[in-house]
Amino acid sequence: MAAKNVKEGEVAMNMDKRIIKIIEKIGKTSDKLIEILLEVQKQSDENYITEKELKIISKELRIPLSKVYGVASFYSMLSTKKRGKYVVQICNSAPCYVKNSKEVAKFFEAALGIKMGEITEDGLFSLEFTSCIGACDLAPAVKINEEIYGNLDRDKIYKIIDSLRKEEK
Amino acid sequence: MKKINVNINGIDVVVPEGTTILNAAKKVHIDIPTLCYHPDQKIKGSCRVCIVEVEGQSTFSAACCTPVRNGMRIKTNTKKVREARKTILELILADHNCDCLTCIRNGNCELQILCEEHNIDTISFDKVVKLLPINDKNPAIVRDESKCIKCGRCVEVCNEVQGIGAIYNINRSCEMKIGTAYDKELKNVKCTYCGQCINVCPVGAIYEKSNIDEVWQALEDDNKHVVVQMAPAVRVSLGEKFGMQPGSIVTGKIVSFLRKIGFDKVFDTNFTADLTIIEEGNELLHRINNNGKLPMITSCSPGWIRFIEYFYPELLDHLSTCKSPQQMFGALAKTYYAEKFNINPENIVVVSIMPCTAKKAEALREEMSDSGYQDIDVVLTTRELARLIKQSRIRIEELKEEDFDSPFGITTGAAAIFGATGGVMEAALRTVYEEVTGEELKNIDFKNLRGINGFKEGTVKVGEIDVKVAVVNGLKNARMILEMIKQGKADYHFIEVMCCPGGCIGGGGQPRGTNDIKKKRIEAIYKVDIQSAIRKSHDNPVIKTLYKEFLTKPLGYKSHKLLHTHYKDRSDI
Repeated sequence: MAAKNVKEGEVAMNMDKRIIKIIEKIGKTSDKLIEILLEVQKQSDENYITEKELKIISKELRIPLSKVYGVASFYSMLSTKKRGKYVVQICNSAPCYVKNSKEVAKFFEAALGIKMGEITEDGLFSLEFTSCIGACDLAPAVKINEEIYGNLDRDKIYKIIDSLRKEEK
Repeated sequence: MKKINVNINGIDVVVPEGTTILNAAKKVHIDIPTLCYHPDQKIKGSCRVCIVEVEGQSTFSAACCTPVRNGMRIKTNTKKVREARKTILELILADHNCDCLTCIRNGNCELQILCEEHNIDTISFDKVVKLLPINDKNPAIVRDESKCIKCGRCVEVCNEVQGIGAIYNINRSCEMKIGTAYDKELKNVKCTYCGQCINVCPVGAIYEKSNIDEVWQALEDDNKHVVVQMAPAVRVSLGEKFGMQPGSIVTGKIVSFLRKIGFDKVFDTNFTADLTIIEEGNELLHRINNNGKLPMITSCSPGWIRFIEYFYPELLDHLSTCKSPQQMFGALAKTYYAEKFNINPENIVVVSIMPCTAKKAEALREEMSDSGYQDIDVVLTTRELARLIKQSRIRIEELKEEDFDSPFGITTGAAAIFGATGGVMEAALRTVYEEVTGEELKNIDFKNLRGINGFKEGTVKVGEIDVKVAVVNGLKNARMILEMIKQGKADYHFIEVMCCPGGCIGGGGQPRGTNDIKKKRIEAIYKVDIQSAIRKSHDNPVIKTLYKEFLTKPLGYKSHKLLHTHYKDRSDI
């Protein structure tokens, strides 16, 4: 039991150090908050920022936790909830909306067997809406991690998912 | 400064550059409705209720945040403006829980008033308001998100005035709400329960936890001996709730009312404020003479206590160990008073009337039971007292003024000024000076420590020593002075900190009021002082009796047991 506690303590300490290192690299001032949040999230396999990480950032930058959380919950690029390794963000701003982004969402839901806001059991995919990703010319479009996929239909959606799954094998 | 000529509703007006349409209109007595706007806060421009027409412009301008331009022709009361404002209000109402008849703000809600003024008779939009559970799992503050109109006033006061940030804007767009990180209960975040958010909320989204029913219940229980104490700031603000001018002093009427509804004894917190001065003054001298921790900081404001426990636990030994006057009163009521009048302390119910929401939480601190019982049973805010009066249907305006009961009713002007920022310091200096020098203090008014400024300082020659003092109010200023202490830059002997801007007269349990109203309350507090027969705590004859009969001496064994306390590192929350 004691050994386990020591080990947990070490893990926590390492996380502290890792976050503090990121903060020191980017700059320990409150105006760097978004950059720091993005970098911390980038290093996460689950594409989100944990409560413990937010607390360290809040403490180091001397910004209230509510505000750090407020910023993290404002931007759809950032998440305070666990997400998949691939975050499928379906644009539902006006141009994509009129090109049937709702339908796109349904196809993704069917293809992945999850609902919007959920994560697949293997932790590979999660589904969410986002506001405009600047790909209106390709509407309806989605963003999966750093990639944009446009002019989507049912077939294309299944193909994208298949190819990402294959990459993982 | 450059002058700007504008025309509002056909009236020419000249204002300095940078003036908003709202303020230019005020100058010629044209009233533009506002909702998110608060005179003591930054301009937000989020609600859009104040929109006006500007000639040559195809869209409306929000009057609160649009500076006037030369030659601007503005119309504030056209059909187009009235209809648009109506639509804006209806949109707000679509996302507002309109249960006005059972709402705490029924009759004094800013949104309700606007709806009346704008002849809102229907809501044309689908209701989208979510009836979420009410958050009240803490001792002091209740949040009802279904009422929140997201004006942002509470966020500003919590972050910018108090420098705490227990709440902030969470999420975005129609999902946006005011809340804590991860939607935690207030008791699980660093909330000091100062209640300043309540004082600025225009609607019923945030309010104090009511304890009125407990008071009625105790009063109707024949087996209970129910005593009440009233804080210094309550008597100069309650009148506002009954249409009196800000700054009206209604002490005698409140005493009369409390007696009428059945309190066995009506006492004055000012008595234990005097006692605080004796104990705290002696503690300060003890620290100065024995190389104790300096600067010593006052400890009567429970929001402030929570603040230092949350954010600066390493500085806790700077705090005076004196309990607040409220808690000293409770400890004495269930010991000295019970013994003297032969009442079983088990049957004594102590009710406090306080300008403060944090006092509700203070009374529930587990260490506040040195009498062997919970020292204070029920805490009501000034606003709750007003509700109690309305409920009783007694017309306070018509009541004759009466005096407090003895023994805890004889008090001094020094105690009265506890209610205003700088007051505790001034009261302490009056006593410490005479205690040390043995001479009478001729000029007892420390005017440079008075007034609403966030930071004040001064030096007073007391015998051989130049006593350096500082006074801060508002927690952001408290943070500043704690940082100074940490960096070794605060060479003061004594610092007074009050959690709320202006001191207790601006407390989170007070009638809502702007800075102008707070200034009137402060004037009234000093009027009470100057009208007092005794103006120094150590001259209070009952305090002398109390030491003779019971406590023996300041900082003595009994004082330590009943009147002093300790604090807790709460930084982990």
